[in-house]
Amino acid sequence: MKDDFLVFDHVTKRFGALTAVDDVCLTVKRGEFFSLLGPSGCGKTTLLRMLGGFERPDSGRIYLEGRDITDLPPNQRRVHTVFQNYALFPTMTIWDNIAFSLKLAKKEKGEIEEKVNAILGMIQMSEHAWKYPNQLSGGQKQRVAIARALVDRPQVLLLDEPLAALDLKLRQHMLIELDAIHDQVGITFIYVTHDQGEAMSLSDRIAVVNKGRIEQLDVPAKIYEAPSSRFVASFIGDTNFFSGEIVSVEGDYCTIQPEGFPAISAYNDKNLKAGQRVDLSVRPEKIRVTLNPPLPEKGAGINVFPAKVKDIVYQGVYTKYWLQSGGMRVSALKPHSRFLLDQEAITWNDDAFVWWHPDDGYMVEAK
Amino acid sequence: MNGRKSSGKAEWLTTMPSLAWLALFFAVPSVIVLAFTFHGHTANGGVGEWSLSTWRELVDPDYPTIVWKTVRISFEVTFWSIILALPCAYAIARMPKRWRSVVAGAIMLPFWTSFVVRVFAWKTLLHPDGWLQACYLTWLKVCDWSFGWLPGFLQRFLVWTGFATAGHVDPSLATILDSETAVVLVSVYTFLPFAIMPIYTAAEKFDFSLLEAARDLGATNFYSFRKIFLPGVRQGVVSAVLMVFIPVIGSYVIPQMLGGTECILIGNKIFMRAMQNRNIPHASALATLMAVTVLVPMGAAMWWKRRQEARDRRKLDVRTNRLMTSGGAS
Ligand SMILES: Nc1ncnc2c1ncn2[C@@H]1O[C@H](COP(=O)(O)OP(=O)(O)OP(=O)(O)O)[C@@H](O)[C@H]1O
Ligand SMILES: [Mg+2]
Repeated sequence: MKDDFLVFDHVTKRFGALTAVDDVCLTVKRGEFFSLLGPSGCGKTTLLRMLGGFERPDSGRIYLEGRDITDLPPNQRRVHTVFQNYALFPTMTIWDNIAFSLKLAKKEKGEIEEKVNAILGMIQMSEHAWKYPNQLSGGQKQRVAIARALVDRPQVLLLDEPLAALDLKLRQHMLIELDAIHDQVGITFIYVTHDQGEAMSLSDRIAVVNKGRIEQLDVPAKIYEAPSSRFVASFIGDTNFFSGEIVSVEGDYCTIQPEGFPAISAYNDKNLKAGQRVDLSVRPEKIRVTLNPPLPEKGAGINVFPAKVKDIVYQGVYTKYWLQSGGMRVSALKPHSRFLLDQEAITWNDDAFVWWHPDDGYMVEAK
Repeated sequence: MNGRKSSGKAEWLTTMPSLAWLALFFAVPSVIVLAFTFHGHTANGGVGEWSLSTWRELVDPDYPTIVWKTVRISFEVTFWSIILALPCAYAIARMPKRWRSVVAGAIMLPFWTSFVVRVFAWKTLLHPDGWLQACYLTWLKVCDWSFGWLPGFLQRFLVWTGFATAGHVDPSLATILDSETAVVLVSVYTFLPFAIMPIYTAAEKFDFSLLEAARDLGATNFYSFRKIFLPGVRQGVVSAVLMVFIPVIGSYVIPQMLGGTECILIGNKIFMRAMQNRNIPHASALATLMAVTVLVPMGAAMWWKRRQEARDRRKLDVRTNRLMTSGGAS
């Protein structure tokens, strides 16, 4: 385990009675774009601050390239942070801000100039080199903060919600740019966010954090499609939960009897036994909505339930429906891959059908 | 146009009281003092006829040394006050909010006692039979005894601070009371709060996460204090310098009570001329001389700094232009 690039080994951090980080073990690979994703106050920043050297864990160790860095002060680790508020030095020009770490490392003048100018070119800020931070826009400050942290090639770059202060448009633009920068420099990025969209689109792997613990650590698609807990399933995207008991098992499939809903067939990938309680998660985009029941050739054993259309939100690319079926309010998402106006419209209070294949549900948290 | 005029009028009205106050208590007295210097004095302490006799009397060979000493001591007091105030202000600004007001209050606490009483208390504290004097003597002996073995820079430091002459510790420094040391010490004690407060006010607005950013990029604690914190509270330091330097240069109570015969400053001279010799024009001339000695270099420094800043700004613009044109060419 210590041979991995970056290792958190049973790290715990308490603030008084509150356990901000609770026995976290994780490993990050060299060059990876790794995200920490979780709700506000779950301990993401605390994890980063321990890695940066600003907090000391109460127990556990942190290893970077096999070296124990737990007790090293921040200035002795080659780990740089892009702070949420950028923390650019207001009394220095952009150029001096970026040259800060190089000057500290006592690099030669020519080398400093070369490196600073190169990175200024990379972030397309050359013409702003001799301005002061308060003369820049939010996105520009953001790029300078990243350049300042990257210029002397740290082993790890930490980014604490770096896009939180930007507006939506700029955020989307910076996402692409950040991805490009990561590809160019090949440095390990650890990215903290509570925005699942950012994490999904950028990361090689994501750790979902809740109440100081890691709930799931996996590639984005696995986290989305196969969440390991009810928390992960509901935090990453929307989902419908059907909670109930397994009444029977038929080969690879089983039948679940939720409260206030007809029996549902689901793929039994966890080999659960009859009598166990489960939460079945079915993502809205997996659920089809039609005015007529599906044709039999769509497959046997398919889950089909009558439902009444309650709410419709048209989004252009897709339409979101909320339907009442049994005692449940089901949300479904219908992508418009065909010319919409040629189709039979579904409107409020229509009697419709919701249906999905048993393979498309995912059972989480068997209790 | 109209709106601008009326807002100008409103501004004029709101600044009127302070302007009137300044005129009444600053400008008018200054002009009176200046006018007095061009009068002679009468035997019974009055102001005499218009004449240049007062200015002619001012060519006393004592005065340049006294003015120089006053300026030097003011610089020393300002230097030590700022050196001590910086870490204090930093520490207070980093305290939890609840504690900040308590400590800031504690710093102002001495002002509840009369200034003269406090200076008088120092007279007791520094008495030749007192324990401060005993400690000081021991310290001097240790310095004297170990002087030869001290590293060169420490020797030079001791000589520079006046604790030692070239070979060994200066025996004329043996008592603190009635010496320049006492005046500097008690002046620093008195004016330290005036140095802490403006720096603290600036430090409270300082974004301390900048220090973390500096540490993160590889700076030591001291380096980030010097390169990030100090420039960040520069405005506070400038006001602190003024808040200490200006009162010290005119002080006469502290040198009067603690300086003995050795440490007579320009303030004491003015006091003597005005109160003992009853020569108001002469005192006025001394005050004017002192003001000019301070204001002229200060004005020059300010002008030079402004010019430097403008030049820096132009230099940055030129670099930006050059970068842009070279970027466009490539
Ligand atoms: N210095 C501190 N003293 C006391 N409690 C703290 C301290 N720093 C963090 N905490 C607490 O630890 C918990 C985790 O904080 P942390 O800043 O790591 O959350 P976060 O996941 O980064 O949240 P956000 O998304 O809002 O930034 C929070 O409950 C917070 O109140
Ligand atoms: Mg945070």
